[in-house]
Amino acid sequence: MRPSLALPPVLPLLTILVLIGPVLAGLWGTVSAAFGHLPVAGLQGPSLTPFQTLWEWPGLSASVRLSLVTGGLATFLSLAITLLLLAGWSGTRPFRAVLRLLSPLLSVPHAAAAFGLMFLIQPSGWISRALSPWLTGWQRPPDVLFVQDSMGLAMTLGLVVKEVPFLLLISLAALSQIDTQGRLRVALALGYGRMAAWMFGVLPALYARIRLPVYVVLAYSMSVVDVAVILGPNTPPPLSVQIVRWMGEPDLTLRTLASAAALVQLALVIGALLLWHGGERALAALGRRLIYCGPRLSRDGLWRAFGLMTALLCVGLVLAGLAGLVVWSFAARWSFPDILPEGYSLRSWQRNGPAAMETLTTTFAIALAATLAGLVLTLGCLETEERRNLRLTRKGLWLLYLPLLVPQTAFLPGMQTLLLGFSIDRTLWAVMLAHLVFVLPYLRLSLEGPYKAWDARLGAVGAAMGASPSRIFLTLRLPMLLAPVMTALAVGMAVSVGQYLPTLLVGGGRVQTLTTEAVALAAGGDRRAIGLYGLLQTAAALLPFVLALTLPLIVWRNRRGLQHG
Amino acid sequence: MAEGLRLRALRIKHGDRPLLELDLTVPPATILSVMGPSGVGKSTLLAAITGQMSADFGLEGEILLNGRDLCPLPPQERRVGILFQDHLLFPHLSVGANLAFGLAPQVRGRARRARIKDALAEIGLEGFHNRDPETLSGGQKARVALMRMLLSEPDLLLLDEPFSRLDATLRSQMRDLVFTFARDRALPVLMVTHDAADAEAAGGPIVQLES
Repeated sequence: MRPSLALPPVLPLLTILVLIGPVLAGLWGTVSAAFGHLPVAGLQGPSLTPFQTLWEWPGLSASVRLSLVTGGLATFLSLAITLLLLAGWSGTRPFRAVLRLLSPLLSVPHAAAAFGLMFLIQPSGWISRALSPWLTGWQRPPDVLFVQDSMGLAMTLGLVVKEVPFLLLISLAALSQIDTQGRLRVALALGYGRMAAWMFGVLPALYARIRLPVYVVLAYSMSVVDVAVILGPNTPPPLSVQIVRWMGEPDLTLRTLASAAALVQLALVIGALLLWHGGERALAALGRRLIYCGPRLSRDGLWRAFGLMTALLCVGLVLAGLAGLVVWSFAARWSFPDILPEGYSLRSWQRNGPAAMETLTTTFAIALAATLAGLVLTLGCLETEERRNLRLTRKGLWLLYLPLLVPQTAFLPGMQTLLLGFSIDRTLWAVMLAHLVFVLPYLRLSLEGPYKAWDARLGAVGAAMGASPSRIFLTLRLPMLLAPVMTALAVGMAVSVGQYLPTLLVGGGRVQTLTTEAVALAAGGDRRAIGLYGLLQTAAALLPFVLALTLPLIVWRNRRGLQHG
Repeated sequence: MAEGLRLRALRIKHGDRPLLELDLTVPPATILSVMGPSGVGKSTLLAAITGQMSADFGLEGEILLNGRDLCPLPPQERRVGILFQDHLLFPHLSVGANLAFGLAPQVRGRARRARIKDALAEIGLEGFHNRDPETLSGGQKARVALMRMLLSEPDLLLLDEPFSRLDATLRSQMRDLVFTFARDRALPVLMVTHDAADAEAAGGPIVQLES
């Protein structure tokens, strides 16, 4: 039988190039700058000066410690909360309720969630207002560092509330490939408690499937910049923030220092991933011995309650934070310890609105262009793989996750330096390309399941009636997959809207999105402007989801067969 | 020139393991039934004829349809129609549009609309043109699926357990309809079934596959 398509697999090759090209080129740029080779600044390497300078920087050990502790702790807590909730409640009514609240939170940009959290926990925040003065006796905001604390606890919390929804939804997708209910029923019938049944019977199969996303959370949390700028300590900041500061200096020679620090950051992440992997194996070995002993652990009511409470706390913090953004953006005079402002006004919207709307347009243009390009590549890949009977191997999966595993701070500085050499940095196109790198993995992750689940016999029927593969793709498969394609579009746009570092470094200050504008406000402390930008940022990420949910309902309103999946 | 379907020294292998060997002819207006336990390769045989066999199977021998060798042709150029046990109507298209999907694009404009209306009348579904296929009964869906396939004017009809999801009365009605339509059009038919009653009603040769 001859292959149904004679073309070489152009789109998969292009996709691989987009996925690894910028990462490798960026890493190369970082490595050469780290060893003192930076022609733009008139520096010829190789030399070890950047590393010597970095070594002499007094903040180094504190920065490194912050990155490790906040990243590791945030990942551990997020995973623990996710697993506790799943073990105690998956498949129950309260679980579905939490899920309905959590899923939209996934698209709330990290920066907006961090600002919301800041409005809650800062000394003059809602929590402190609610307890003052009757409990605390405070008449003025206390002089305590609840945010930007030197331990990075606020920052860790800010990461956890955003990573729990991510891990939870990834886990749910993975769980649908495992016979969860069957495994649970058997273990329950053997007398195991609900949580033990889940932990012993389901978790081992689940973890193998969510390992890479967990690594993504670890790599991301260790090298995050926007959340760290908003909630993290300043002197010294986590290493990633310091790298960005050095990159932003007008003195180009400081870029070699930044690049050296970026390589240290990369080494830290690799080390942490190896450590985590070791921890996984140790825990798995312990778990196997425990399972062999057969403890039923049937009295798990307290743990179940604890799991549900922590998950609800995450939801509550983000939602209350978003409410804080709304109130601040409309607040007139609002003195401590009043729980609400004395009045509301449109002043902040009138003053910042026009500029913000312009930024909103840029944000949407970048998000839409990057996502549409990504959709063409992703659908093209899936269709080519199907026609040529290719399958995504384990190696392919690592490739897909590569841009999410290599810390952004490690390869974006190099990418920027390279683009600077070609003088195409700081253009809209360069920013779109940078966003595409991060949008692609998420598009693939959200489309793969629905694409493969499509009943291939429908295509067989079409072909039997003389329809070509292209006609089957365009008139049958694509229209029937309208809902998942729209969801993927929304996911991609939300990812793009939330990007901070790619926009900042590749845009070089000339391309502004809502996210870069919002984070830039963090230092100023104009809470009304912060509320407004955070709110618009959230809206920009959520709006595509509303469209994704409603459009298929309108288009297929008279087609019952497409309304349940 | 040989009329109908001719499977000449056909051998299908799964990897290195031989799955089945067949040598048979299905003349026009004849319904040949293939029976046998599950896993014996009945569905693979149909996939081989439609050209949608998965790559881990190997094929030797010839598949000739009215003298044409099908093996080098992609599925959409084989003119081989197939009905599955599920109706597989396209859920995003109306009943009329489902039928139109089968009709050759050369039939245009008013003639096209008329052909679809006639086809609907022929299966007793006048006035169903704009209906959502999901609102049809099981028997109605099965009739639309049959007519859709016939409108594409295949040279051969394959039936993959086509009646096993229908209840007893519907089953014999549908069986009669499919067989009558196929004989009227002088189509060779190859039917895969579990049910001896299906094979008997077909009134044609029966091939028993053994594992």
